Amino acid sequence: MTSNESKTDKYFGQALKRKEDPRFITGAGNYTDDIVIPGMLHAAMVRSPYPHAKINGINKDSVLGMPGVEAVLTGQDIVDAGIGSIPVGWLLPELKTPAHPAIALTEANHVGDIVAVVVAETRALAEDAAAMLEVDYEPLPSVAFAGAAIAESAPVVHDDVPGNVAFNWEIGDATAVQEQFNVAHKTVKLKLKNQRLIPNAIEPRASLAQFTPASGEYLLYTTSQNPHIHRLILAAFVMNIPEHKLRVISPDVGGGFGSKIFQYQEEVIMLLAARLMGRPVKWTARRSEAFVSDMQGRDHETETEMAVDKDGKMLAFRVNTLANLGAYQTLFAPAVPTYLYGTLCNGVYKLPAVHVKVQGVMTNTVPVDAYRGAGRPEATYAIERTVDAMAHALGEDPAEFRRKNFIQPEDFPYQTPVALVYDSGNYEPALDMALNMMKYPELRAEQERMKGSNKILGVSVISYVEACGLAPSALVGQLGAQAGQWESSLVRVYPTGKVELFTGSHSHGQGHETAFPQIAADELQIPIEDIDLVHGDTGRMPYGWGTYGSRSAAVGGSALKVALQKITAKAKKIAAHLLEASEEDVEHENGVFRIKGAPDKSKTFFDVALMAHLAHSLPEGMEPGLEATAFYDPKNFVYPFGTHMAVVEIDTDTGKVDLRNYGCVDDCGPLINPLIVEGQVHGGIAQGAGQALWEEGAYDEEGNLLAASYMEYTMPRADDLPMYQIDHTVTPSPHNPLGVKGIGESGTIASSSAVANAVLDALWHECGIEHLDMPYTAEKVWKAIRDSRAGMGQAADD
Amino acid sequence: MNVTVNVNGKPYTRDVEARTLLVHFLREDLLLTGTHVGCDTSQCGACTVHVNGEAVKSCTVLAVQADGMDVKTIEGMGTPGDLHPLQTGFWEKHGLQCGYCTPGMIMASAELLKHNANPSEEEIRYHLEGNYCRCTGYHNIVKAVQHAAEIMAQGGQSGQAADD
Ligand code: FES
Ligand code: FES
Repeated sequence: MTSNESKTDKYFGQALKRKEDPRFITGAGNYTDDIVIPGMLHAAMVRSPYPHAKINGINKDSVLGMPGVEAVLTGQDIVDAGIGSIPVGWLLPELKTPAHPAIALTEANHVGDIVAVVVAETRALAEDAAAMLEVDYEPLPSVAFAGAAIAESAPVVHDDVPGNVAFNWEIGDATAVQEQFNVAHKTVKLKLKNQRLIPNAIEPRASLAQFTPASGEYLLYTTSQNPHIHRLILAAFVMNIPEHKLRVISPDVGGGFGSKIFQYQEEVIMLLAARLMGRPVKWTARRSEAFVSDMQGRDHETETEMAVDKDGKMLAFRVNTLANLGAYQTLFAPAVPTYLYGTLCNGVYKLPAVHVKVQGVMTNTVPVDAYRGAGRPEATYAIERTVDAMAHALGEDPAEFRRKNFIQPEDFPYQTPVALVYDSGNYEPALDMALNMMKYPELRAEQERMKGSNKILGVSVISYVEACGLAPSALVGQLGAQAGQWESSLVRVYPTGKVELFTGSHSHGQGHETAFPQIAADELQIPIEDIDLVHGDTGRMPYGWGTYGSRSAAVGGSALKVALQKITAKAKKIAAHLLEASEEDVEHENGVFRIKGAPDKSKTFFDVALMAHLAHSLPEGMEPGLEATAFYDPKNFVYPFGTHMAVVEIDTDTGKVDLRNYGCVDDCGPLINPLIVEGQVHGGIAQGAGQALWEEGAYDEEGNLLAASYMEYTMPRADDLPMYQIDHTVTPSPHNPLGVKGIGESGTIASSSAVANAVLDALWHECGIEHLDMPYTAEKVWKAIRDSRAGMGQAADD
Repeated sequence: MNVTVNVNGKPYTRDVEARTLLVHFLREDLLLTGTHVGCDTSQCGACTVHVNGEAVKSCTVLAVQADGMDVKTIEGMGTPGDLHPLQTGFWEKHGLQCGYCTPGMIMASAELLKHNANPSEEEIRYHLEGNYCRCTGYHNIVKAVQHAAEIMAQGGQSGQAADD
């Protein structure tokens, strides 16, 4: 038995290859669409082809006789079943929230809104019938862009949201900012668009529901980042099912990036269909459905202004943003462009005054909610673009301009003017490491040499801070969150010394099944092979809040640590009892419990686990068993930071941007598993670079999605990206037991700004172009260069 | 309509609708769910398998077109106890996160290594441009393929690596 050979290796910090991988590399992963329940039916959604339309009627008979068709469900069936609106999970003062029915009843509000559902014997037959269903639509006027939607004469998306404004929100002191602007030496102003993105996890969403009438129990397999949240919403707010009679299992999930946090219409529909049909019902999205139904990201129209004094020290930063919320508000929608954005608009700088104003606007587009980074990439973009513009205006090097405005190490904990208290940080070492790693002076020299040729170079240096590890429950409660954001962990030790860990966090690629056992193996001092992590099943674990906001390690990992400490505390008591020593005389070292100074008298973890269960000899009054649960509520957010640098080469004849090099130095505190951390950074960089260079969820002005497949929505492919150079500084978080911070989103939070600034650095040096909106497609860049040269040519002629 | 397809060395005969795609035949009729579906426009490569030894997106092939052919899927590449060098490479180099694109990546890479035992970074990236990965940023996928090439160069043929 391996437990008898307890080891002392430190697992924390090792680049172990992942325990979960054998199943994935051999094709044995178990994703929702892989699951078959005998007798299951299949559902196909009928989705509105119009951005806004009245539903005058649906002729169920048009398909009910078709082969294999078992049922057609409409909005009326939702009403008849007493099913409630899908709720919003974060309320703001005076927030206007339109109803969000699982199936639209009288009005479809975006292309892709569900107006009916066909249930049939096979997926193909369901889709055949869905295509044939007669729906009498009456198209209504519609609007896609936030700026257009607040115009006086704009079409109204929902009658109960007059003027399409769902909320007005602000943070910071507008007067203090104005006072700084009044005395400023220099100011700059930018108009920025942070375009709509579509998350595009490669596994499309899927759900499979089963109902057992005899017990009244429901089982839902679904592609979720947070199965407990789904159960809570479905049970308490939407379906009115006793919470303990709904088991939600989120098996292997093929990427989430935020898009699998939310309570979607389809999950409600599957549960209802399973009950009505008396058979299991499955739905799996086609990619073309994902484009019009997965929650989308970003979509800000923003004006920024910065003021500095005569020494180039920042005085104030002002932000005014229109946030496009789309047609409905889903789980975190109101929080993303406010508390996860406005509070981050201070960046890494000592800014005496900051003010951020945000208007949340409803439009006839797919709803917008958290997508990797959620508000923080938008904040970083607003600041870091403006900082570059200011550096240009001052004629200062962008790296040095940043450096002299950094919050200093001795300033922490640092209270920003926009509510957050940064717990710890040391920004300069990360900057210097990045500059050295990328050979910054040589890049600038190369840029000079290339000037005027048809290949120009752009270099960026951006520094970011983000707030993650969501979140202190009482604080977010005050801010409007309708949920707690602590995390739980259960540690179950078996008589044989084998251990199962349970967490309310969820891995959909992040490597929990390796990282969590690494933490446990160190604390219990047993081989990692004896430990497995279970997650993603509300039937097997204590309550939890899932994975988003880079919270798994900082909050879920901390909960695990606390539970493990309870186990070792009890184990030590049992060991002391077995060794006939007092607890204070027993130490837990090198995998054994032994009497200090008498190293031959020891008990292994296995001995203790066995006795805990045999209970033949336990300390007086001790309960048998060896199992502990912990609920951990963080004291603050955690604040990862770092410096990212991008190097782009632009072909001025074609406008094509080549991302030549990318380097970054991140600080996420101590690394549990460097291999996993680097993987997170790589993927994050790719998604941010995708935003900067290619991706755009483009709509026409009426709300028709123009980029509705992989033909039009351009995500980076292997041959579009370079190898990344990655390093770290380590500044532990002072307030959680592991010292760890999040790393799941940093890459994305920093990289869209880094790549954007590199492109603009090239265009500014070559042609004096101060700003251009992402994505920097060849056509857009080529036109900008041509126009600027035409302008310059003309100027020379005059 | 009856088709017989040799999948991972075994013949399977099934009655399929003419419109059944090979990927659905594999997943739904044979329950070989290691082959994934990521799109409906033949652009993600999650469904890549080998048909008569060539990497093919199985969502672009009808099951009836594969009648009488040899198909190899990820399930036929190796087992946890006897991995193909590419499976080892992806594991060692952290070439996967959610694992959804991984079977397709491995099948597409296997074709590359068959024709090019020692591909450069650029050749690997070019060859895999038909396969989307949203998690890894591709960095470790490139390293995984390079690692597999090294194992194979050292004669480390494990799994069912003698690729047909
Ligand atoms: S499923 Fe996307 S290419 Fe086949
Ligand atoms: S590992 Fe998730 S898509 Fe590639």
